[in-house]
Amino acid sequence: MAAATSGTAVVSLPADDQILITREFDAPKHLVYKAYTTPELVRRWWAGRRGEVTSCEIDFRVGGKWRYVMNAAGGFEVAFNGEFREIVPNERIVSTEAYEGAPEGTDPVLNVVKFTETDGRTTLEILTHCGSQATRDAIIGSGMEGGMQEGMDIMEEIAIELR
Amino acid sequence: MARAATTADAFNAVAEPRRRQILDLLAGGERPVNDLVQLLGLAQPQVSKHLRVLREVGAVDVRDEGRRRLYRLNGHALKPIHDWVKAYERTWTERFDLMDDVLEDLKEKEQTDGGSD
Repeated sequence: MAAATSGTAVVSLPADDQILITREFDAPKHLVYKAYTTPELVRRWWAGRRGEVTSCEIDFRVGGKWRYVMNAAGGFEVAFNGEFREIVPNERIVSTEAYEGAPEGTDPVLNVVKFTETDGRTTLEILTHCGSQATRDAIIGSGMEGGMQEGMDIMEEIAIELR
Repeated sequence: MARAATTADAFNAVAEPRRRQILDLLAGGERPVNDLVQLLGLAQPQVSKHLRVLREVGAVDVRDEGRRRLYRLNGHALKPIHDWVKAYERTWTERFDLMDDVLEDLKEKEQTDGGSD
């Protein structure tokens, strides 16, 4: 059997200060939970195609801290950190998340992650409570910047080739 | 960053649930205000208020036909908003595609381990 493609992530905005990301996986929830919470495994997916995870620390207990660092393809580093607030094994994780490059005084957001299994398939839901609409818009906008950054990198490569 | 601000404003305008409903209704084609009032079950002034916000950000266009005011979607104006969310969505799609590979490995490992984790 070919590797399961389960489609794309769906992003919706249930409220002014919320972002909901939903994705179905062809795997039981204890495995999705494992992939989501085990440092060696998070390292393999968290950077997407934008770079490489250079550090992934997870102190997986209520009150424990986590920190992910990615070396983006453009050469700059981005880091996020937070604290676990609630852990229900294979079911639910509540944690804070702060972007280390955010302007001073920006409150961390709160992520509520849910794992739901039906017929051996798992729906992963990440609901981000941003605290304000401005923060939500900044987070959504970061996707745009990432995309623009990639575009600019390619342009730079072309410019160098043309020199 | 003027463009980002405009996008955010337009986004704000279309994020409101009632206004999203109006956009959904207009997605099916041009409609007079009275239609919208009936379909939404709201009072006319409320509907007009929502329509005014949508017009201000260019999400809908209006034209007069005799005594009727007809509203229609402006897909062109909505595209930046769509792209805005799509870019974020793409980041997560990339991540989850890689997670699919991780999960395939975990499933295989579980099978060879005889179902124990």
